[in-house]
Amino acid sequence: MSKKLFLEVENLVKHFPIRTRGIFIKKQVGVIHAVDGISFSVKKGTTFGLVGESGCGKTSTARAILYLDPPTSGRVYLEDKDVGEIFVSKNKNEILQLRRKMQYVFQNPYASLDPRMTVADIIMEPLMIHRHVPKNEWHNRLYELLELVGLEDYHAERYPHEFSGGQRQRICIARALAVEPKLLIADEPVASLDVSVRAQILNLLRELQQKLKITYLYISHDLSTVRHICHKVAVMYLGRFVEIAETDELFNSPLHPYTQALLSSIPIPDPVTEIPRIVLPGEVPSPINPPEGCRFEPRCVHKNEHACVEKAPKLIDIGNGHLVACDRVCK
Amino acid sequence: MELNLMTQKEILRIENLKTYFDTWAGIVKAVDGVSLDVREGETLGLVGESGSGKSVTALSILGIVPRPGKIMDGRIIYKGQNLVEKTENELQKIRGKEIGYIFQDPATSLNPVFSVADQLTEVIRRHQTVTKKEALEKAIELFRLVDIPDPEIKIWNFPHQLSGGMKQRMAVARALSCQPSLLLADEPTTNLDVTIQAQILQLMKNLKNSLGMSMILITHDMGVVAGVADRITVLYAGRVCETADTKTIFYSPRHPYTKALLTAVPSLVLKKEKLEVIPGSIPNLIEPPSGCRFHPRCEYAQTKCAKKIPPLVEIEPGHYVACIRASEIEIKSPLGAEANE
Repeated sequence: MSKKLFLEVENLVKHFPIRTRGIFIKKQVGVIHAVDGISFSVKKGTTFGLVGESGCGKTSTARAILYLDPPTSGRVYLEDKDVGEIFVSKNKNEILQLRRKMQYVFQNPYASLDPRMTVADIIMEPLMIHRHVPKNEWHNRLYELLELVGLEDYHAERYPHEFSGGQRQRICIARALAVEPKLLIADEPVASLDVSVRAQILNLLRELQQKLKITYLYISHDLSTVRHICHKVAVMYLGRFVEIAETDELFNSPLHPYTQALLSSIPIPDPVTEIPRIVLPGEVPSPINPPEGCRFEPRCVHKNEHACVEKAPKLIDIGNGHLVACDRVCK
Repeated sequence: MELNLMTQKEILRIENLKTYFDTWAGIVKAVDGVSLDVREGETLGLVGESGSGKSVTALSILGIVPRPGKIMDGRIIYKGQNLVEKTENELQKIRGKEIGYIFQDPATSLNPVFSVADQLTEVIRRHQTVTKKEALEKAIELFRLVDIPDPEIKIWNFPHQLSGGMKQRMAVARALSCQPSLLLADEPTTNLDVTIQAQILQLMKNLKNSLGMSMILITHDMGVVAGVADRITVLYAGRVCETADTKTIFYSPRHPYTKALLTAVPSLVLKKEKLEVIPGSIPNLIEPPSGCRFHPRCEYAQTKCAKKIPPLVEIEPGHYVACIRASEIEIKSPLGAEANE
């Protein structure tokens, strides 16, 4: 293992069993292939973007990395430590240590804050659990964190319902930062916010990265925010990666037909610029019975050319760290 | 094209609409003096952040503002008739037949215990004298129109059996079932994925052209209106900021809020180090700021902005702005460079 890479994910698989509804006997009748063998690595202090439509396995990936839902197979290394081994060993101290390094900002700031706790309780709870700050400094730390995310001191005694969506998301970020994490997984942090507030939160995330040197795993379906904040982007489709590249490279020369369609379907806020729009036919297939071979084949404009149905294409490096999983492109 | 639009007959005109909600905390002035008009065959984009009164304006048109909301003042003139003065019975004949409505969330605007066929034929049988069988045939025809595969089978499905994109297509089909002359689409693509959004927008554009109806498209996404709308009205905190044709709004906006909205959107084309931010957040509508409601967040604000409510003034033909400093300040569009092409 090279020492340079901060987070490494190897062949991560997450399947959810489907069981019949019995009281005593629960038979397994199928499997949802949420994540099906993905590998990637993230350098320290950078932002890695995970893009895809709903249901493609972005959130499952993030939860599996944190062992919130242990993955079915595959390995996750954080700073050369095997995350899976630590969780399997059930060594409470080590698990706590690990949790301190990785934190999660949830998708919906309206659902991820306990309505019966004040902001002070919410932000100090991680301090109580991890005990990495002496008790007499908890309050100082609280006000530091509030200032860091752009909230005022008097907000500490308020309850979540008194805040707007953008402010709630700031509270969530402050809570995650309370344990000084090295990796922050942001799961659609701006999806439920208004445009003007969205810009505020994105700027905040960028500033925090520069100040605290945190590594982000940024999950989103919104490509324009990804372009703004990420260094490297992976495009996901039905549990697999179809393309990984540096942000500029991906946006300037997308190679996979799915990435091309995805980029062309973003509405551009400019009435004159007319880009040729690739409208994909059909919808994302069910992850219970994903198509054999290339998973994008049923909706692909270029299918049948290279027997896409028979063999699943592998991610192949075509130079500059640009990886594509399409036989037609890589040929 | 533009001249043509100017001379076209207007189908809907809203004058000084005020819709208030009387809550325990005080009166929420959700819509406070909105004026706009829609011409025949055009698409008007209604743009603003959440809480700016977009949806309440649309609901007011049909008289279906949820309680405790009430239309306090103003006129809504649809084809020469004032809808505000109509009785419930008279309005029911207009809803669904003359004016179609696509609700914000397709998942919650469909009844989960009735099949799609029931919900579609209900509208058709309410407004047209047809038998059950004919109504069903019409419903299947509509399904074909909105590109749903296997319409004969899919029509017997229940809403939970359809995907988000399908539900939205179904909602479009329901709104179009009686060939309305005006379609109100309230954030029709907000909950959908980009590839599905592209499909639905394409579909709505084609249908609007082939059926020749007018449309009000409500959205907060500047990208969506840019591609679909002919004219745009920008709302902020229950008032109109600016109305103009799409090109003017994007290339030479005159209201500071319009400009702020345009710059806050992360762009795919231009990569910026830092996004420009509108400071603060949307005001509380129980006690809105005095004078111009945008002045606490406006970079051009002066003391006079807080004193006087800016009237909506026509500064160029067809370009209305509600800003008392509109003639003094120079606003550059973030897209400005391409304007002269």
